[in-house]
Amino acid sequence: MSTETLEKEVVAKPAEPIFSKRRKKLVTDPLIDDNPITVQVLGICSALAVTTQMKPTLVMAISVIFVVALSNFVISLMRNTIPARVRIIVQLAVVATLVTLVSEVLKAFAYDMYKELSVFIGLIITNCIVMGRLEAFAMGNKPYDSMLDGLGSALGYSWIILTVAFFRELWGSGAVFGIPVFEYVSSLFGPDFKLATNGLMVTPVGAFIILGLIVWVQRTKTGYVEH
Amino acid sequence: MELFSLGIRSIFIDNMIFAYFLGMCSFLAVSKKVSTAVGLGAAVVFVLGVTVPFNWVLNEFVLKEGALTWISASMATIDLSFLRFIMFIAIIAGIVQLVEMVVEKFSPALYGQLGIFLPLIAVNCAILGGCLFMAQRDYTLAESAVYGFGSGFGFMLAIVLLAAIRERLKYSQVPNGLKGLGITMLLTGLMGIAFMSFMGIDL
Repeated sequence: MSTETLEKEVVAKPAEPIFSKRRKKLVTDPLIDDNPITVQVLGICSALAVTTQMKPTLVMAISVIFVVALSNFVISLMRNTIPARVRIIVQLAVVATLVTLVSEVLKAFAYDMYKELSVFIGLIITNCIVMGRLEAFAMGNKPYDSMLDGLGSALGYSWIILTVAFFRELWGSGAVFGIPVFEYVSSLFGPDFKLATNGLMVTPVGAFIILGLIVWVQRTKTGYVEH
Repeated sequence: MELFSLGIRSIFIDNMIFAYFLGMCSFLAVSKKVSTAVGLGAAVVFVLGVTVPFNWVLNEFVLKEGALTWISASMATIDLSFLRFIMFIAIIAGIVQLVEMVVEKFSPALYGQLGIFLPLIAVNCAILGGCLFMAQRDYTLAESAVYGFGSGFGFMLAIVLLAAIRERLKYSQVPNGLKGLGITMLLTGLMGIAFMSFMGIDL
């Protein structure tokens, strides 16, 4: 997906519908074919640490969607006034402000979650997806398109970390969203039957291996080969 | 002695990569060759070692609740810790820029080696992560310096080891879908198991 061709199309058709085919593509492309995690290898940093359970992962995903979409929008609005030499620091300032907002909201309304995610909310600032999308897309495209692009990338990121979290929580603690699935399934088979959990899944090692396998499955399906 | 054990902990047990997944992007992207991995590792050690104590000073005398009492006693109730993210990242970006200029001026050879990695380090999660952990765990100045250098060395160790394995990996037949990111993740997982063996050590 090259940004140049996209920009040309925008100029050619100024009055396109809000949900035109091209704009839908901006959102759907990063979900599978151009996924930020499995294809572009971005944003793995802060994400994996929170994926031991579904709930914090969901909060993390929502925060990232908010930050990426809005920072893309804001930077795109300012793209013609930002001097090229200091653009990184301007971008960082915008992103850091949005992340501070997220962190203060969490602190006020979901303090337990804030404690649990601790520094990882702050680390959204250095999430490569945010900076990557700002540099690659928002600096050269219109605000609404940039917001959709950010939304798409963040959604692509979200479903991957939610999948990782699903398997880690299921196999590691035998639960999904805190509901003890393993206990229930075991009880169906009589008192002596017990599904065992794997302690390795709760440790970082589990995250690496699950993500590696997801990447394998996903790339085999799309036929993407890295050289 | 306590400082020594903190250093060992931050290198092996609380390893940036294997315990906290910090700095994964550059860990995956720059681990194809040992020589470049050493370059990036050295830059990270240096920047972490400088920024963590520097941010400690900032946190202690400006941001923390009651930190401004050195100006006047009436400022004891001011809590600026919500500015932590934006101030830390500004300091990191500034110091990286400064380090880049100093290295370019005094050691052009080293600059040539590190050149491309230095600006990238500003957005390396390991740096900001190290600073935020320092603030969260209430380290003293000496502790934060040791912690900064230690976690930097931990990162360097991890990335150099991975690069060495990946150089060998060129001669093995990896399934197509697993090439690149996939196999690297699995490898990191296996290395993580090895590093877990340090966990039982009581320092």
